[in-house]
Amino acid sequence: MNELMRRLLFLPPQASGFARDFDYLHYAVITVSMLGVLAVALALLWFSFKYRRRTQTTDPARPRPEPLTHAQEFGTAFGLLALFVGFWCFGVRQYAVMQRVPPGGLLVYVTAKQWMWSFDYANGNRTNETLYVPTGRTVELAMTSRDVIHSFYVPAFRIKKDVIPGRTTSVWFSAVRPGVYPIFCAEYCGLDHSVMRGRVVALTPNEFAERFERTPRAPGGATHPLAEAELGGNGELTSLAARGERVAAARGCLRCHTLDGTPHLGPSWARLYGHEVPLESGAPVVADAAYLTESMMEPLAKVHRGFSPIMPTYRGILQPAETAALVELIRSLADAPIQPTAPLVSADAPAVTLPTALDGGIAP
Amino acid sequence: MTAPSLTLPRTVEEPPLLAPAAPADYLHGGGVRSWLLTRDHKRIAVMFLGATSLSLLLGGILALLLRVELLTPGPTIMSAGAYNRSFTMHGIVMVFMFMIPAIPTVFGNFLLPLMLGARDVAFPRLNLASFYVYLLGSAITLTSLVAGGADMGWTFYVPYSTTSPSAVANVAFGVFVLGLSSVMTGINFIVTVHTMRTAGLSWHRLPLFVWSLYGTSIIQVLATPVLGMSLLLVAADRLFGIGIFDPALGGDPLLFQHLFWFYSHPAVYIMILPAMGVISEVVCVYSRNPPASYRAIAYSSLGIALVGFLTWGHHLFVAGMSLFDGAVFGVLSMFVAVFSAIKVFTWTATLRRGSVSFETPMLYFFWFMFLFAFGGMTGVAVATSSLDIHWHDTYFVVAHFHFIMVGGTLTAYLAALHYWFPKFFGRRYNERWATIASVTVFVGFVLTFVPQFLLGNAGMPRRYYAYPPEFQWLNVLSTGGASILAAGMLLTLVELGYALAAGPRTERNPWGSRSYEWLSASPPPTENFENELVIARGPYDYHLPE
Ligand code: HEC
Ligand SMILES: [Cu+2]
Repeated sequence: MNELMRRLLFLPPQASGFARDFDYLHYAVITVSMLGVLAVALALLWFSFKYRRRTQTTDPARPRPEPLTHAQEFGTAFGLLALFVGFWCFGVRQYAVMQRVPPGGLLVYVTAKQWMWSFDYANGNRTNETLYVPTGRTVELAMTSRDVIHSFYVPAFRIKKDVIPGRTTSVWFSAVRPGVYPIFCAEYCGLDHSVMRGRVVALTPNEFAERFERTPRAPGGATHPLAEAELGGNGELTSLAARGERVAAARGCLRCHTLDGTPHLGPSWARLYGHEVPLESGAPVVADAAYLTESMMEPLAKVHRGFSPIMPTYRGILQPAETAALVELIRSLADAPIQPTAPLVSADAPAVTLPTALDGGIAP
Repeated sequence: MTAPSLTLPRTVEEPPLLAPAAPADYLHGGGVRSWLLTRDHKRIAVMFLGATSLSLLLGGILALLLRVELLTPGPTIMSAGAYNRSFTMHGIVMVFMFMIPAIPTVFGNFLLPLMLGARDVAFPRLNLASFYVYLLGSAITLTSLVAGGADMGWTFYVPYSTTSPSAVANVAFGVFVLGLSSVMTGINFIVTVHTMRTAGLSWHRLPLFVWSLYGTSIIQVLATPVLGMSLLLVAADRLFGIGIFDPALGGDPLLFQHLFWFYSHPAVYIMILPAMGVISEVVCVYSRNPPASYRAIAYSSLGIALVGFLTWGHHLFVAGMSLFDGAVFGVLSMFVAVFSAIKVFTWTATLRRGSVSFETPMLYFFWFMFLFAFGGMTGVAVATSSLDIHWHDTYFVVAHFHFIMVGGTLTAYLAALHYWFPKFFGRRYNERWATIASVTVFVGFVLTFVPQFLLGNAGMPRRYYAYPPEFQWLNVLSTGGASILAAGMLLTLVELGYALAAGPRTERNPWGSRSYEWLSASPPPTENFENELVIARGPYDYHLPE
């Protein structure tokens, strides 16, 4: 039945954990809708046949038909409202599932630009156009754009989320079956919008670990699926968090923030990610990729309670890849042990010596 | 040098014609100048008919070009840049130069005073000004074509629209001016309905078309300024780099989407409410019945007008909206759907115990009902938040709003054109040819847009110049349908053009309507009614002799 309906409606394969549930709601809503349209059409046909005009000359005097009663009007209105609100209840429940990312998944940073997708992994791998994921595991995408608004759309997973410059939006899925699934850009983004495509390659967990989590040793060696990965000077992969540390130093974040739990001018980044942050105004928020990005781009929007609002905005200064690296750095410290006695990072000199090339951002 | 002697033309006192049988109708008398400077609402309506028909033609040609391009997955007849510019122009022309103004400025202008028993609208000069502002706005919009085209889509989403290397500002200014014209008409109609009703015409005796124009005008006056302001800000961002919406300068791109849809969602009702008014009139006339519930239709128009203001957020379900906002905008959208569905049921019930005939306008009524119900139910489907995630920005949405706008508004427009054709021009169209054209339009329409629903399900995003090859056959089907639709529209043009030139003359009230506009001659004299009208019955009192 599922398969029949799916084919009738031309839906793509159901390749994510919630795709099947979504489709069931889809079938229900479309079937009820079409039955409603059919009922209207049949009623119209029946009335036009039964009450067709028989005399072409003047009509015999007909009594004025009774108008619909209030009971009929309100009955239909409330009946329909109940039906539509019913759809809505199911819809919102599923919408909530989509919105709440289950913790503990694989986090991949997505950067959109005209007209290409690129993906950064915590271990430092970077791929263009192809996103490799393991099956059966939650994959969270933290997405941002380098130019205009794009939208990350994988029909087979039934997911779509706008990718917005200056913000981080997230979306999640878990692939149920190994396979290759197309990615489309769904938000019009200029000349080559329609070829801003990519693909998700879902691998079995073993294959994924085997081919992907292993660090490539030699850049010129055997063909690696992720040949585009950024390698350090010694051919080692630099993890994204390590890159984040370099960015934090280069951009001066470490003059106010620490990595070891010591509060300084700003809150420490240790044990921040995934924890609740008390705010100066309003309810506390959980620090996720979206919140961290907002804190860098618009520090005054939500101020950590007990700190003065002195952080400058980094909007237009931090490149999307740098933002991703910083978020990954903060995420890698989510469970860091707190060392209250650790020395503070010097407030006026960056702790790490930096290659000058960093100034233009670490990604092309 | 001697001053040349001037001979002034002397005005000759012409003797009055001997007892004219009837006063001259509005179409005759005066030259081109008297048309261009007229303050007669009927002549202004006819000029609007000409202008908006040209817009429809332009938008239609662009649509056909787009469909031809989509015949193959790769390039067919144009480049990606040309394609983007074409769909932008198609949207802008159809929405702002045809769908929004068409029914109010043509049929509203012509019929509102007649239905109120009035001599003219409240502000005849403003009415004429609105026509020229419309022309000006259209002209400014079309300058973008000369300037190489604009490619931001009719939705103007920032930051693409503020950075796109194309003539976006021309279009933004043009649409701003068009909005001005729309506000002028709206204010005029509101004041007219309040102040120009003739003796005996209480609110509950107003023809339903008047109610729908009234609701539309309220939305136009309240919402259009927001659009105008947002578009000016886009233009300012482009020209002066102010950065209201540009994240690189600290602006917020989502703010624009909220502002834009705050206007453009109600704008959907600006397009469909007048169409609903037309449908209410048509179904009553051809079934010789009063509406099954006058109040249900009248008040649901107002309900749509008001609640329609609170649903804009359903365009942002995948833009990073909070769960709470998503839920609220979803449920409010369902309310609007209920109001629309009530209308559908009331129109259906209107046929009950009637005396139904099947002239062309009534055929369009049937097409309208089917397409609007279908389009409306797919609207309920996309308002179901989780389903919208898959459908948003795909061809499903394209098909959904074309069902409402083309299936709804365009069929109602064609119904109106045929129904009031005798009123406008005093001639009859040819029933057989009009029927053929009407069936062709319907078949073409269904064939164009049903495949697009399926394309959306399959995951084809909208505004795609190139697409994966597995989507091809549905696209070919859709293009085939579009050609049939175009043939139907062309046939309508020819058939009505012929009727205009050589159709047989008609009597005053060929359809046996009880609505007040038919109480004046067809075509009406310049002053509409010879004597002041006193209304003593309702507009749908088919149980009384006329
Ligand atoms: C001048 C000192 C200063 C600098 C430099 C600075 N910050 Fe901050 N930052 C603060 C302060 C103070 C707060 C807490 C007040 C607030 O929330 O705005 C803060 C808050 C934050 C938060 C939110 C943390 C929370 O607990 O709510 C993040 C994330 C952050 N900063 C990241 C950065 C990054 C990344 C950089 C470098 C690119 C940076 N900051 C540079 C002072 C600074
Ligand atoms: Cu894009």
